[in-house]
Amino acid sequence: MNDPVDVLIIGAGASGAAVAWSLADTRMHILCLDQGGWMNPAQYPSTGRDWEARFYGDYSPSPNIRGRPEDYPINDDNSPIKVVNFNGVGGSTVMYTAHWPRLHPSDFRVKTLDGVADDWPIDYDTLAPFFAENDRMMGVSGLAGDPGSPPSDPPMPPQPLGRSGARLAKAMNKLGWHWWPSDTTVATVDYEGRARCINLGHCTPGCAQGAKASTDITYWPVALRAGIELRTHCRVREIMTNEHGMASGVVYYDKDGVEQFQPAEVVVIACNGIGTPRLLLNSASGRFPDGLANSSGLVGKNLMFHPYAQMYGYVDEPTDSNRAPPTCLWSKEFYETDPARGFVRGYAFQFGRGVGPVFEAVASEAKGILPWGEDHHRMFRKLNGHRLAVSAICEDLPEEHNRVTLDGVLKDSHGIPAPRVDYTIGENSTKMLEHGIARGKEILAAAGATNICVNNPILYGGWHLLGTARMGTDPARSVVNEWGRSHDVKNLFIVDGSVFVTSGGVNPTSTIQAIALYVADQMKQRLANLFD
Amino acid sequence: MSAVSALTSTQRDDLRVVAAMIVPASTEYKVPGADDSAIQADMIATLGRDTDMVRTALDHLARLAGKPLADLDPARRGAVAHEFRASGGNAAATLTRVVLQCYYRDDRVVRSLGLELRPPFPKGYALEQGDWSLLDPVRTRPPMWRRIS
Repeated sequence: MNDPVDVLIIGAGASGAAVAWSLADTRMHILCLDQGGWMNPAQYPSTGRDWEARFYGDYSPSPNIRGRPEDYPINDDNSPIKVVNFNGVGGSTVMYTAHWPRLHPSDFRVKTLDGVADDWPIDYDTLAPFFAENDRMMGVSGLAGDPGSPPSDPPMPPQPLGRSGARLAKAMNKLGWHWWPSDTTVATVDYEGRARCINLGHCTPGCAQGAKASTDITYWPVALRAGIELRTHCRVREIMTNEHGMASGVVYYDKDGVEQFQPAEVVVIACNGIGTPRLLLNSASGRFPDGLANSSGLVGKNLMFHPYAQMYGYVDEPTDSNRAPPTCLWSKEFYETDPARGFVRGYAFQFGRGVGPVFEAVASEAKGILPWGEDHHRMFRKLNGHRLAVSAICEDLPEEHNRVTLDGVLKDSHGIPAPRVDYTIGENSTKMLEHGIARGKEILAAAGATNICVNNPILYGGWHLLGTARMGTDPARSVVNEWGRSHDVKNLFIVDGSVFVTSGGVNPTSTIQAIALYVADQMKQRLANLFD
Repeated sequence: MSAVSALTSTQRDDLRVVAAMIVPASTEYKVPGADDSAIQADMIATLGRDTDMVRTALDHLARLAGKPLADLDPARRGAVAHEFRASGGNAAATLTRVVLQCYYRDDRVVRSLGLELRPPFPKGYALEQGDWSLLDPVRTRPPMWRRIS
């Protein structure tokens, strides 16, 4: 048996890394287990001539397509939005667009303001110092002063507007709508050992330059120097409990596939909104027959993605296409509730600079705007390098029928039952998507774009995995309390996107990490009576 | 299984013909078609995880054609291609993607598009700043986000 540790963190991604770093100053024995390994940026797709093709293969955002040994399969057949993620040290921060908005203050008071869903048990002001600390640790570029967002002070200047951003900005000004250069975790100057962005463009499937923040190159090096232990290629099967109903440790498979038991005083789950309910449900026992920490019955329920509608078109002048980070601007014009729109809550726009030639050819052929045969070449030259895109990222309200359960048949490479996702897009989200599509088309038209296409929803757009172990003060209506501790198991904490009560309408990683830092801070403040 | 034996001789012939239907050679743009031998060799060598889907697509194509595609007259071949795209599902999409991803990384094709023959890393690209005065009207707007008392 392994020596006991004080704190065991499961998952080395966005939230697990932040918690590990924050807890390091307690000098406790802290161990993190991750099912994946360290990434080698020299092997990222942008280093080879097949850089675009690998997006459809070993660097697909879909674990079902990618099928790396670190991945587990997900049955998402019964969902119009497919789950995308990345497994390894750094988690999905290895494979994300680095777009870095925060939830707004209103996102924490949805019930009070709009009469839907539930209020969070914490508020924006509580998280504000952790947002700032996280921005410094991850390294954020952006421009202070956005009238559409709560104040922030990014430590690096924003990315250039470029041709694409400038053209889109002109369109937004023409319409009189808000826009602002996006906060991103792309380093625009050399920052804390990271080299500045050189516009590889293919940022999402890993940054070979190291300019894009992922926790393997931000939090983890600091956490390891501070004494945290990280054990890779260790896949946790289940969390064990003792006769007192407390977590006693975990059973995992080590890098050689050997079953191990790791005892721990405290267990912290950081496995994302799919992996966390999967683990809790796989940890069912005689004491917890419906799954661990599930007396509310809400583990796995209230799954929220952000349904994305993507609109794109083609302009006469060349755009930045694949020669710059993919996102450049955001807009909060339609973020806050306006009852006149016919739905509550709202969405943000994120603007895309364009894509590379292979992606353009494949996508345009599939849409039917790039023909086979004689006219192929003329049309391709009209499309390639001329794309502008805008995506509406819509707030998804929690609905219990949208859920993660265990699949009855599908298992991972260790024989552990895989998750199954059942999800439908709700009525409010559907109206929001329609509104976003109409406004997106107006933006593209104002930019002079033609051949406008729509993806609604983006099929492989389930990046944001939220709500499946929500926080709250009522044990009957939530899985963890207002500082991330399980209501049922008092030495079990959850720090990933599972704890979101509502989703907001922006990319959530900044908020996920701020919550993780907040929970870690709460643990440190309560060490003397953590289990009371 | 070797890369060459991933497809039968008949399947390779059909792949070559359908590839040329997707992207024919062009004297106007001075580019080969997707049936070019080097591009075909790239497809076969890198089929990898797409092999089964491409086989499925080619089997579907063969059923629709009833005989080797090359033996069909152009009108019939066009009709088969139309039906293949309409009814081939993910397999047809995969085959088309394999053709396009190999075609649009061929040196001659990439050069004809005015692009450099290199991966993005390590050189990267230049990105112009753009006109930041565009932001002036936005800066004057009052805060739009809801304050919570």
